[in-house]
Amino acid sequence: MIKTKENSMIVGLDVGGTHTDVVLLGNEGLLKEIKVLTDSSDLYRTVLTGLEKLLEGVEPAKINRIVLSTTLTTNAIVQKKLPQVGMIVSSGPGIDPKFFCTNSHYFAVSGSIDHRGREIEPVDKNEIENISGILKNEGIRNIGVVSKFSVRNPSHELIINEILKDSFTKIFLGHQISGNLNFSRRIATTYLNAAVYPLHKEFFEAVNKSLKEKGLMVPIHILKADGGTMSFESSIDSPGRTILSGPAASVMGSIASAPDEEESLVLDIGGTTTDMAVLINRIPVLEPLGIRLGGYKTLIRSLETRSIGLGGDSVVKVEDGKINIGPERAGPAMAYGGPVPTPTDAFFVMKHIKNGDKKKSIEGLKSIAKGIGTSYENAAHEIVDQTCRKILEEAQDMINLINRKPVYTIHEIKEGYHVKPKKIIVLGGPAPHFAEYLEKLSGYKVSVAPRWKVANAIGAALARTTCEVTLFADTEQKIVAAPEERFSISVKEGFTKDDAVEKAFDLLKQKALQRGANIDDLEMEILEDLQFNMIRGFYTTGKNIRIKVQVKPGLIHEYESIAERLL
Amino acid sequence: MLRAKYKTGLVFFPAFDWAISPTHPEREERLLYTQDQVFEEGLFDIDGIQELKPDIVTIKDVQRVHFCVPDVEHVTTESHFISAGGAKRIGMAVLDKEIERGFALVRPPGHHAMRVVHGARGFCNVNIEAIMIEYLREAYNIDKVAIVDTDCHHGDGTQDIYWHDPYTLFISIHQDGRTLYPGSGFPNEMGGPNAVGATINIPLPPHTSEEGFLYVIKNVVLPILDDFKPDIIINSAGQDNHYSDPITNMNFSAQGYAALTSLLKPDIAVLEGGYSIEGALPYVNVGIILAMAGIDYSKVKEPNYDPDSIRQTPEITSYIKKLGEEILINWEQKGKIEEKIRGAKELDERDRNIFYDTDSLHEKQKETIRVCSDCSGAIRIDSSSDLGSHILAIHIPRKACRDCKGLGYKWYDTADASKYDMIFLQDRTENKYLTLIE
Ligand SMILES: [Zn+2]
Ligand SMILES: [Zn+2]
Repeated sequence: MIKTKENSMIVGLDVGGTHTDVVLLGNEGLLKEIKVLTDSSDLYRTVLTGLEKLLEGVEPAKINRIVLSTTLTTNAIVQKKLPQVGMIVSSGPGIDPKFFCTNSHYFAVSGSIDHRGREIEPVDKNEIENISGILKNEGIRNIGVVSKFSVRNPSHELIINEILKDSFTKIFLGHQISGNLNFSRRIATTYLNAAVYPLHKEFFEAVNKSLKEKGLMVPIHILKADGGTMSFESSIDSPGRTILSGPAASVMGSIASAPDEEESLVLDIGGTTTDMAVLINRIPVLEPLGIRLGGYKTLIRSLETRSIGLGGDSVVKVEDGKINIGPERAGPAMAYGGPVPTPTDAFFVMKHIKNGDKKKSIEGLKSIAKGIGTSYENAAHEIVDQTCRKILEEAQDMINLINRKPVYTIHEIKEGYHVKPKKIIVLGGPAPHFAEYLEKLSGYKVSVAPRWKVANAIGAALARTTCEVTLFADTEQKIVAAPEERFSISVKEGFTKDDAVEKAFDLLKQKALQRGANIDDLEMEILEDLQFNMIRGFYTTGKNIRIKVQVKPGLIHEYESIAERLL
Repeated sequence: MLRAKYKTGLVFFPAFDWAISPTHPEREERLLYTQDQVFEEGLFDIDGIQELKPDIVTIKDVQRVHFCVPDVEHVTTESHFISAGGAKRIGMAVLDKEIERGFALVRPPGHHAMRVVHGARGFCNVNIEAIMIEYLREAYNIDKVAIVDTDCHHGDGTQDIYWHDPYTLFISIHQDGRTLYPGSGFPNEMGGPNAVGATINIPLPPHTSEEGFLYVIKNVVLPILDDFKPDIIINSAGQDNHYSDPITNMNFSAQGYAALTSLLKPDIAVLEGGYSIEGALPYVNVGIILAMAGIDYSKVKEPNYDPDSIRQTPEITSYIKKLGEEILINWEQKGKIEEKIRGAKELDERDRNIFYDTDSLHEKQKETIRVCSDCSGAIRIDSSSDLGSHILAIHIPRKACRDCKGLGYKWYDTADASKYDMIFLQDRTENKYLTLIE
């Protein structure tokens, strides 16, 4: 029986495309790691099997935290296995909302609100009631309601909600999903939330129930794409945030070994794909707006990551006298009984690697060598070189993209902050093989993340709760509001940017705690603080203030000692 | 799925930390609500529309166009380098074929800035379109350029810079100068003796509406552009013709601006004025961007848009028709008019008093040009301002003939240095810009 001094063991689980990794962490560090095959047709079974295997011989009462990262919602979206939902969209002037249509039960309705949150045209209640009737007849259970500029004034979404609420199971309102401007993304995001809701709810209720039956009474946390966690309870209102948590798990797993005051590039090299991300002072760079997945552009906060179809098991073949690698995978490397040569086989030829059949690798590489008229040793070199170059090129491209982000003040242009990572951290199955070649090619210092094979599950286990609050004040209209937080009060003329920031931090703290954060982990920061004098006819009539604050993604402090022991 | 028909680039630079003064119309807040609308509409997410980061122009880029007194740094702020850099970035992206069309949604504006700069006029310090155009001419193989200025104010700065250049067609459509700043821009202002006809002014009466603007574009501007055959078309896209603009008297709309853009098909648009920051700019800019990209803009309307209430009178309609005919006749007869203006002159002169309203400055100018059939002609400008500086500026044009280049250098070399505080030379043939300081 594994013993630890206090009841402070944590479980991290990350469902991957091929394997699901599960780890048990305690004060002594990594206590146990398990790998099970992922059955994407039955993720519930996969998750439960993983947890059961991990917890064999562990006293349930010693566990005080479980964090899960699954591909449940991601798969449903990518495979387009989404149930019917109803979308009600109110746009007002601008691009015709028919262009943002997400699904067949999509209704563009009247009503309009402007950029200051002023009502231009009211909601037509009869119109909504008629649509409600249609949707009920069609047997639709879940609804998304989105109005343009609802993040400035949610009243139209709320009025529509009021009309619908007794007739449907769950209604998602655009303004409660993100505080950011972007009507078309708000529509897509609200739609995805409504569409994955039943699946998400059913899955986690089942997992929760099974764990309770095993005596695990601790709350479940779920990993999000921004590298933070949320409680299962709060995920019910925003199941869309569970999309694409996989890459985030790996990035969080690399943080423990990242340098404090430097920028690093993280490469998670798997069998089929390589995921990349950038850390600045151990904090991952976030996407400015949100995830893009399956043709949808969303407002779901996410790490800035890039994924390419190139990994240790990528198929290597010769085409037109040239070596071609990936993006498909046909199985493991030939050294492990696979059908075709792979970059991992090239490593088998070039290096001394235990636990594999080098002869099989040589056999595979010889066929490649023949196709390009060289020795199999040269072919191996060529394969590794090409794979590493491609990965580094893509990484550079992603970094260029981060540096090309527009800014809107002279101050920011002058400051001209440029990301220029000096270090690469690699993790994932074939990580150690790649490290030395990446170092040679890039000239950067390359290190392998500790526990590189299960760093993703460790990342999930140690990730802290994150969230964001967007607040605006318009003192000409005498309001300060954060509609996403259901917050709106009237203010006097003297309200300042400092007051607004203070208010935003208050709201952020409440939100984080409610989502399962530990009070010690509230590392908050300002992302945006703008204040404009509003001039009308040469007189100042008010202030327009925009604030955005967040809890930074990072590792939970409580387990810093664990993180250190992993190194 | 929404997809741009024309690959369109946008530089959005609202300069959120810059204003002429705290309550000036050219202030931090100016593009705030445009940003809100552009972000909320998700324009940068549309396939085929991409946001580009502005460049920062160099001192040399400015010197290629302007004589800045006493120097470039004294008459500009960083915002001007970025705003001109935004235009330059768009121009480069178009000529590099990175995009098909582009819009520099930048501030501060530039179309009132003339060749000699002692300070700010009409909220402008340097001419951002001219800086872009001359850079593009230097770096790419383009020659003939057309600028269509649709700001409500006469583009007198751009007119001044290209007054003598037959390779740059400058068309300004604006509210009649008898009723609005800067008070110039009449049909008889047609360009200098080497470039008669290359400047075209179309002063429209107050309260001109969509009908009038679109009539002028279809019946006057497009035929002239067809005839001139420019390598690129630039639109100085001021938005102060809008019916809600606080400092002008026109009746144009977001639908009108979008339709105008669809007709004109500019390769590059550059924002100029427009001070109805809530009622007009958010909708006009979205309309222009969609029109440039070739996307349906039929639902882009101001919340209080009512075409009937802004319709122009039949008197305005017939006035504009007559004006259009007059301008087309001038265009056809430009050769004859040029002959008449030139006569047997070797040199031509003009004396001007220029007022810098933004900085409350007066400038006195004597400009001399060599009448030439082989090039745009060498120019000599004697200029003094009531700040006390007296300068001599010599311009040798881009495709100068030997005689004009020779004369330019002769003017420069033999100038009486004791009479001037500074002597400038702009040799466009060698991309060389010199300053002699007394
Ligand atoms: Zn203007
Ligand atoms: Zn000449």
